[in-house]
Amino acid sequence: MTTTLPETAAPAPARKPRRRRIGRGRGLQAYTVLLVAWLLLPIAVMVAFGFNDTHSKQNFEWEGFTLHWYAHLFDKKDLTTALVNSLTIALLTTLIATVLGTLAGLAIGRYKFRGQGLANVVMFAAISCPEVVMGASLLSMFVATETPRGYLTILAAHVMFSVSFVAITVRARAVGLDASIEEAAKDLGAGPWTTFRLVTLPMIMPGVTSGALLAFALSVDDFVITNFTSGATQTFPLWVWASTRTGTPPQVNVMGTLIFAAGVLLAAGNVVLTRRRARATP
Amino acid sequence: MTETSPAPVRDDPEGTPAAVPAIELAGVRKSFQAYGETVHAVRDIDLTVHEGEFFSLLGPSGCGKTTTMRMIAGFEDPTEGAVYLHGEDVTGVPANKRDVNMVFQSYALFPHMSVFDNVAFGLRRRGVDKAETRKRVGAMLEIVDLTGREKRRPSELSGGQQQRVALARALVNRPRALLLDEPLGALDLKLRQAMQVELKRIQREVGITFVYVTHDQGEALTMSDRIAVMNDGGIEQLDTPRAIYERPASRFVAGFIGTSNLITGQITAVGGDGAEIGYGEGRIVVPLNGASRAVGDTVELTVRPEKIVIGGERPDRGSYTSATVAEVVYLGTSTSYLVTTAAGDDVTVFVQNATNADDIAERGSRVWLSWEPRHSYAIGTA
Repeated sequence: MTTTLPETAAPAPARKPRRRRIGRGRGLQAYTVLLVAWLLLPIAVMVAFGFNDTHSKQNFEWEGFTLHWYAHLFDKKDLTTALVNSLTIALLTTLIATVLGTLAGLAIGRYKFRGQGLANVVMFAAISCPEVVMGASLLSMFVATETPRGYLTILAAHVMFSVSFVAITVRARAVGLDASIEEAAKDLGAGPWTTFRLVTLPMIMPGVTSGALLAFALSVDDFVITNFTSGATQTFPLWVWASTRTGTPPQVNVMGTLIFAAGVLLAAGNVVLTRRRARATP
Repeated sequence: MTETSPAPVRDDPEGTPAAVPAIELAGVRKSFQAYGETVHAVRDIDLTVHEGEFFSLLGPSGCGKTTTMRMIAGFEDPTEGAVYLHGEDVTGVPANKRDVNMVFQSYALFPHMSVFDNVAFGLRRRGVDKAETRKRVGAMLEIVDLTGREKRRPSELSGGQQQRVALARALVNRPRALLLDEPLGALDLKLRQAMQVELKRIQREVGITFVYVTHDQGEALTMSDRIAVMNDGGIEQLDTPRAIYERPASRFVAGFIGTSNLITGQITAVGGDGAEIGYGEGRIVVPLNGASRAVGDTVELTVRPEKIVIGGERPDRGSYTSATVAEVVYLGTSTSYLVTTAAGDDVTVFVQNATNADDIAERGSRVWLSWEPRHSYAIGTA
């Protein structure tokens, strides 16, 4: 789930006839292949062992091909619950963090106000703080305030660490905005809300989308902070971690594969969309 | 958001005598607080723009011309005074509720919308129906010569085309007045000159009042019906281009508009055709236009560079003085001579490069400058 999307369509490079220099390109090619292999190997293992016809508790040795685990994907009730928790928390986190982060990013990037510098620093501080320390602090805070830990505390924590990422990607976009474009909308009869909806939001949309995807990716596989704030609630990463002691069932591999595939499809869709948009405007 | 009906706004017959002015500023002042001090960006301006007029606000950067325009548009509120559009007090009314439209210096086109959607933006906000919108946008794009580019994005257009989209986007709403904030500043010289002619044509075609902000005096002189020359937040002179060029009201205006020669001297005699000034070994006569000046008064006069004649012989009539050529600059259609008069003033002279105009004078040579007294103007004698 670590798919980064291109922020904007890169202008198509002009195709120049280039002379291939024999020998020179070979080394680079080999290097590229090795690097890609290195990146893909763990994923390949994950995908492959989802098809493993294993009969032991551990899923470590290849014993033949089967689709059994796909057919019985939701057999383990608590694993399914954990996955559903992870996905719903990630979606809610994305929704809340995107709205809050967009507004914050817009404010910091777009306007001058008292405390702007401070807000900026806080955004980066939230990102650079070591996760494990933040998790531990959250736990002590929840304990001290006698807040029952569970679904809602996980959600609150996830929104907290995602919001900065959204704010920063949106801010980067908002800083470059020409203020007179919004004035032009106003001049042409658009009120503040219409101006935001028709002009400001579409212009910062690439930043909002990147921020939202980042928030989802960060939330859905977060382990450290979730571990401190979960109480008795299980999420997918927590369940997988716990299962390593007794044996991780192949369903975990299948779920991982499906989440990965969804991410790849989303990224590919985004690329196609931006390409098509770029082509529509030759 | 539909504060006005889509019915044509301007169907009043033209030429109505004593018509209500399109725009009126009454005692408008704009002050800011900066570093604990009050800065007056615009100080106590009164001005009236007539219906259908091409009106320019001209001045150096920081003179308050853009602030003045933004107060007309509704982006700034005056600290004091009132703004009237067609006789209606609009002070404090926000920009989206004013019946004027603006063309921004950066064009400010909506980058995520097609040319058509950009131009249709204002009409849609007013709730103009689809068929009418299509018709009016089409007609407007034809006027600005962009038919066939409706589906393009602004980024695919050249600077000149973007400029015309910005113009169409504002004009399609048939505003009471169109405000243009240095709209040609980003274009190169050739395109700028072409657009000047184009703008003037479009303005005549649509008959809408234009208020044009510029720091380019050539642009203002070329296009305007009237010009307000601004300096330091105030209006120095408000008149027709010709009057401003020929009879500058102040030293600032004389210096800002065109190349101007300023000559200072003391009046030695006052006669029927003006005041005579003793000036080195020469003699200068300047008309007084009825203003009263006495012998001994100091007078500043201006002579435009193209009105001065360079010669080798001492003239016996008009205004003349001896001078030394300090520099000769060849400009293509003309040659510019920088000369220093015997009394020490630096004077520029333009000579058209006609067939026999070569080598009138060389650098370092002594010459005589002469001009008709009626081509000089004593500052402050309107």
